[in-house]
Amino acid sequence: MARYGMVIDTRRCVGCMDCVVACKTENQVPEGFDRDWIATDTTGRFPNLHLEIRSERCNHCDAPPCVDCCPTGASHVEPFGHVVLVTPEQCIGCKACLASCPYDARFVNPDGFADKCTFCIHRVKEGLDPACVSVCPTRCMTFGDLDDPRSEVNRLIESRTHHALIPAAGTSPRIFYLT
Amino acid sequence: MHEYTLARHNDLIDPLVHVWNWQIPSYLFLGGWVAGMMIIVGFFLLRGRHREETSVTGVLPAVSVALLSLGMLALFLDLEHKLYVWRLYTTFQGTSPMSWGAWILLAVYPALLAVFALRPPDVLRDLWPAFDRLSDRLAEPRMVRVIAVTNIFLGVGLGIYTGILLSALGARPLWNSGILGVLFLVSGLSSAAAFTHLVARDRGERELLATSDNVFLLVELGVIALFLIGLLSGSQAHAQAARLVLGGPFTGVFWVIVVGLGIVLPLIVQSLTTAGRLAHTALAPLLVLAGGLALRVVIVNAGQFSHWARF
Repeated sequence: MARYGMVIDTRRCVGCMDCVVACKTENQVPEGFDRDWIATDTTGRFPNLHLEIRSERCNHCDAPPCVDCCPTGASHVEPFGHVVLVTPEQCIGCKACLASCPYDARFVNPDGFADKCTFCIHRVKEGLDPACVSVCPTRCMTFGDLDDPRSEVNRLIESRTHHALIPAAGTSPRIFYLT
Repeated sequence: MHEYTLARHNDLIDPLVHVWNWQIPSYLFLGGWVAGMMIIVGFFLLRGRHREETSVTGVLPAVSVALLSLGMLALFLDLEHKLYVWRLYTTFQGTSPMSWGAWILLAVYPALLAVFALRPPDVLRDLWPAFDRLSDRLAEPRMVRVIAVTNIFLGVGLGIYTGILLSALGARPLWNSGILGVLFLVSGLSSAAAFTHLVARDRGERELLATSDNVFLLVELGVIALFLIGLLSGSQAHAQAARLVLGGPFTGVFWVIVVGLGIVLPLIVQSLTTAGRLAHTALAPLLVLAGGLALRVVIVNAGQFSHWARF
């Protein structure tokens, strides 16, 4: 079974937010909330500044604290693609998963359950890319199976310098940013 | 420089995480207080105090049930998907402290009701004669020991759980310390001793509880010191979290209300009381109780304020 992940080339991302709009449209994300977003990191000392633009979302961690802390099993690792999902009918809205996520990737849906990126698993099951990946005008995002040594995501990880977000939190995130 | 900007504004998450409001600190405070009372009740049962007419063991179980129910009401009010609350009891999730807590709470009620049934009020005895028979059966020495040990065991579990509930959430560095379980247990014991001291009619019990509370308050000060030392000697994120109460925005409320008014002042007042230089008054117990609530409010709010560096 696949273990899906994503590689995002920060040298190509221009922060256009097409991915954000695509996600909101595809998943009917409630008004005022986002399952993915654009973050910018500026480091260095003027005039030698470095700007990194990133499209961020749930990292579908290999060691997901949101799943560990869920008291009902609503937050779970889906066998298909090892994607971290929430079953709304099992969620009591205790918000422990929101507090447990170092990436602040979750929010409470106005209907009361914890909500977040699903890697568009409904599209992936049909052989399509997640909506955010499919609309990116600079093709900065690549989605694929991290367990397949021949996959494009693994080729990119092996060929370019990269980093994940907050590695010190120990969650083994599955989104990698090429630098 | 390192500047991070975010094009997102999810409610309860941005700009700072604030998923838990007054309900969770209230629940943690009431849960810890009840945990302490279960341990004290268990101790008094082992010493046979329940046979004394004036013993506080006649009061504590009913008060504990009422306080715990209030706490669970606060917890229920915090839920965003309230109609699905029953889902807690269709599963057991071993890695989730909240799941452990839900099941511990289910065991706490019968343990407290067993103590209540040892000395039921006359009204209940008159209404339901079977209560007398139940009471007699529970009052057998072996049963009393079982009830006492069960209450102590569950009290320790409940008290520690109120801290572990937070410390298991590693994304918030301030909470990410196992010492939080011990801190909340000791604080709960202190709140329980203060309340019991307040309502005890028996002079011996009152003296014992005031002295015990002094010990709990001293230990609590030591545990707070260990908690902060542990954070300061941890990662950069943990050290930054500790600084929230060491010069940061929560410094005043933590040191003045939690430590000063909630621990040090009652410790001084109660020490003078146990030394016979002051009369027993409600001042110290009320300060301890207010300090116990303030501790949870500060830890829950400051914890949500603390976070890992994004990159």
